[in-house]
Order: sequence, then C-alpha cells, then structure tokens
Amino acid sequence: MNIAARQQEIIAEFSLFDDWMQKYEYLIDLARELKPYPEALKTDDQLIRGCQSRVWLSARTGEGGTLVFDADSDAIVTRGLVALVIRLLSGNKPEDIAGADLHCLKEIGLYDHLSPTRSNGLASMITQMKKYALAALAKKDAPL
Amino acid sequence: MTATETIRSEFPILNQKVGSYPLVYFDNAATTQKPAAVVQSLVDYYRTTNANIHRGAHYLAHRATEQFEAAREKVRGFINAAHSEEIIFTSGTTDAINLVAQAWGRKFLNEGDEILLSVMDHHSNIVPWQMVAEERGAVIRVLPVSAAGEWDLEAARQLINPRTKIVAVNHVSNATGTINPAQWMADLAHRYGSLVLFDGAQAVAHMPVDVQSLGCDFYAFSAHKMYGPTGTGVLYGKKECLEKMPPWRGGGEMIRHVSFEKTTYNDLPYKFEAGTPDIAGVIAMGAAVDFMQEQLLNGNLDLENYLLSMATKALGAIPGVRIIGTAAQKVPVLSFVADGVHPYDIGTLLDQQGIAVRTGHHCTEPLWDFWGLPGTVRASFAVYNTEEEVQRFVEALVKTLSMLRP
Repeated sequence: MNIAARQQEIIAEFSLFDDWMQKYEYLIDLARELKPYPEALKTDDQLIRGCQSRVWLSARTGEGGTLVFDADSDAIVTRGLVALVIRLLSGNKPEDIAGADLHCLKEIGLYDHLSPTRSNGLASMITQMKKYALAALAKKDAPL
Repeated sequence: MTATETIRSEFPILNQKVGSYPLVYFDNAATTQKPAAVVQSLVDYYRTTNANIHRGAHYLAHRATEQFEAAREKVRGFINAAHSEEIIFTSGTTDAINLVAQAWGRKFLNEGDEILLSVMDHHSNIVPWQMVAEERGAVIRVLPVSAAGEWDLEAARQLINPRTKIVAVNHVSNATGTINPAQWMADLAHRYGSLVLFDGAQAVAHMPVDVQSLGCDFYAFSAHKMYGPTGTGVLYGKKECLEKMPPWRGGGEMIRHVSFEKTTYNDLPYKFEAGTPDIAGVIAMGAAVDFMQEQLLNGNLDLENYLLSMATKALGAIPGVRIIGTAAQKVPVLSFVADGVHPYDIGTLLDQQGIAVRTGHHCTEPLWDFWGLPGTVRASFAVYNTEEEVQRFVEALVKTLSMLRP
C-alpha cells in the first residue's frame, strides 16, 4: 500500500470517533501495539530531542530498496503518534518518503502535535525520516 | 457576588471554552492573566499619552514621564524600598539578574571568589552566574535541598564562607512552590560579608514583599507573573550597591554627556536604563501593583492558598500520585508526578479537557537531576481560580490517569 492509500485508511479509521477521548484511547492502543524498539538502539545518536518527550528513531534498508523505520518515545501519546507516522512512512521507497505530505494528520485533528512548539520531538522525527530518505537517494545516485 | 466572582469579572479571558470544555487556567506560575485595569492602562497610554520620556519639552512627553515615574514610585511602595532610585526597570527577572551578574559581577568578582546558588534555582538564576563566573574565574557552589524541597540550612552554614561574594537564590521556588527563609539567608550571608540577591519572580504575586525587612541587596521580579504585562520587570538594588556598579548597557537615557574624549553617566536609576524603555508596559505594571495591593488589602490571597490545600488533599487521595515539594511554607504551586506515567501525557490529556497546566522541567533541570525525576506536572493557582475549577481538574486528572494506565 502506498503512502496516499495509507493516509486514506487512517482518515477512515479516525472518522469513526466522535470525541477526543476515543481518539486518544486509540492512539494509546497504537502505542501499546508498536513493535518494541531495540534497547541497543536507544542511544544518544538515535535520540531526537524534544523539550518534553523524547523520541528515538533508527532507519534500515528493507526489501526492494525501501526504507524501514523503528522508533519509540518515553511518552505514550507521542509513542502513539510515532506509531502512526511509522505506519505511514515505513517500508516505502526513499523518493516517496522524501516527498510525502502527511495531510492526514491535519484531517484527523492531530496536526498541532506536529507543531515545533509542542516540543514533543514528533516534528523533528518526521524531518529526520525525510533526511534518512534523502541520504538513501543521494547514495543511490552516487557515481560508482 | 462572591469575592472570587468579583475578581473574575475583571478577567474576561477566563470566560472561554477549549473545545467543549470551559477553560481552567492553572498555569499561573508561568504567567498570570491580566485584569481589565492593566489592559486598559496599556490602551489608554497609546490612545492618550504616547511620547518618549524624560527629554521632550512638550505636554505629552511630560505626561508620559510623570506616569512612568509614578509607576516607579508605586513599585517602590509595593516592595518597601527606601528610595525610588533603587527601582530599576528591566525587561523582566532574567534581565534583572543578568544586569547584576554583568554590571556587579564583572567588576567585583575575582579568581576564586564564590557564588552560592541553590539546586532549586531557575535556569535564569543559574546561567547568568555561570557566564560571569567563567569570565572572572569565580566558583559556583550549590546549596542542596531536602526531600520536601526546603533549603538545607546546615549545608548553607557550611557553604557560606569569607570567599562567598554573592548568594543568589530564589525567594520562592517555581518548581515546588517552597517559600524559602530568605531573611535568614540574608542574615547569614551578610555575616560573611557576602551580598544577597533574591529571585522574587514567584513571590510577588503571592505575598507582601518588604526588601528592607528581608535585608537583601538585590531583588528581581517580573510584572507578568503578578498580573502585569510581559516584557517589563524590576531590579531592586540597595543604593550603595547600585552606585558602585558601572553601567552595563550603553545608549540613550543612561548618559549625562557624550564626547569622544569622555562620556559621563547619568545618576541612578537612569544609569541602568539605557534606551527607550517599555513605557506603556511600566505604566501598566503600576496598574498591576494597584491590583496586587487591593488583593493584599482584601485578604484575597487566602483564597488561592485555600485552593492549594484543597488540591493537595485531593491529589494525595489519588493512588500513585505523588506531590513533589511538600515544604511547610508554600505559595499555591502544586507539582506532582504519577507512577508509570509521563508528565507530558498528563498535560496533553488535561489540555483536551480544557485544563492548562505546565509539564516538564520548568526550567529547573538541576533540581530534577538531583531528585532523579523527569520533571513534573505543575498546577499553579491565582486569585481568580475557583473551587469548582479545582474539582474539575481533579476529576479530569482521574480520568486522564485511567486512560494512561494499562
């Protein structure tokens, strides 16, 4: 499934919720279901500093030249958002990740969490994911 | 109308909803809301009085200068300073502390001199001292606190010595609400010939402050944490201290005569007020002082202290919630953590329910390192808060914790 289809899926899921509680309960569920992040990768190198909650992110190469992300956060709401972003971007081609516009986060009413003033590290996490994608592209285009 | 209803009628900002929930503003230690009289003062100034002060030979300039200096006199009375020239207007507490660190510190601190801070101080009362200490080769010593969040007085007796040149500590902690025994500290420091600066940012909105009875040499505070506008604040300094200090910033207002051969400086307080100040803000701070005097006179601070005791009791009854800062003397600041739950998550879910609190390290990272905590959630009350709001906060917190705990 490409990024556009994944966005539509998420918008459809969140449209079922009438109030903030259901939405956040779902986010917390997503956080609990997120694949455990390797403790060995919880290093300062992988740490994205937000003022309040911290995010760890690492990238690796998947099948067919895709980019796979693992991530975690010490705050559960942030972890739920991390899970959403991973679901959107992980396993895609670097060129698709680099150019992705995550409009669905706005449509499901979680966009303000991406604001740098939220200082939860999420906005920086997406920036970092795109940097990984750009780095992968640069490597691919590099002369042999 | 009850006393609180009367006060609230002066704060229309409080009558709004966040989503479908009524706003509950419990982030008063970060900044308080402003009463109508303060907002009106800002508007009136720009509509009727605006002119640059101290120099103009015209009607508006005289009027602006009169109002600006009247605000200085109000602030003098508010903290009971002996002379109005001991009141220096700054952009806030941070600016006031930087002024002392730079103007006094660069002249009087030498290699090996000691500066005593406490582990409970705000970054704004740590970093300016680190900067000047590095430049002058001075040493920073740190006063520890007890588990309750009170100064370790025995350690203070050990730490202060004849090399101590200044003790710079907060009067009230922004992280725990502790009211520190400031007068005791001033006495101790003076016995060793050290100067004393109190960071009063969190004190002025919650208690009468008398700089002469505290016995401090410097006292710094901001207008915006006591119902005044942002961008203005005060450095109180004893006249004999301020007179010995060279100016810090150069520019208009602080000079007497400028020539390329020799520039001479103006008298106090203007020596430290370079450039056009926030005239409107200072005049509105005068209105905030009037508001505070009214609260003190009417005994309204008992209301916010009652809210603190009510909230402390209610949170104490929630399993797994731990109040951080249990000093005997506190302003209405309630810091807490919940076992197994990140403060940021609590803040996020309370926000969804219209409740504004502060989460994180509250600019006191050394304190959390000292206690091994990631920070706290902080609810802080003001004179316009109500019992109903505290109840709503407690209910929202219970709901929040039930969502966050597995």
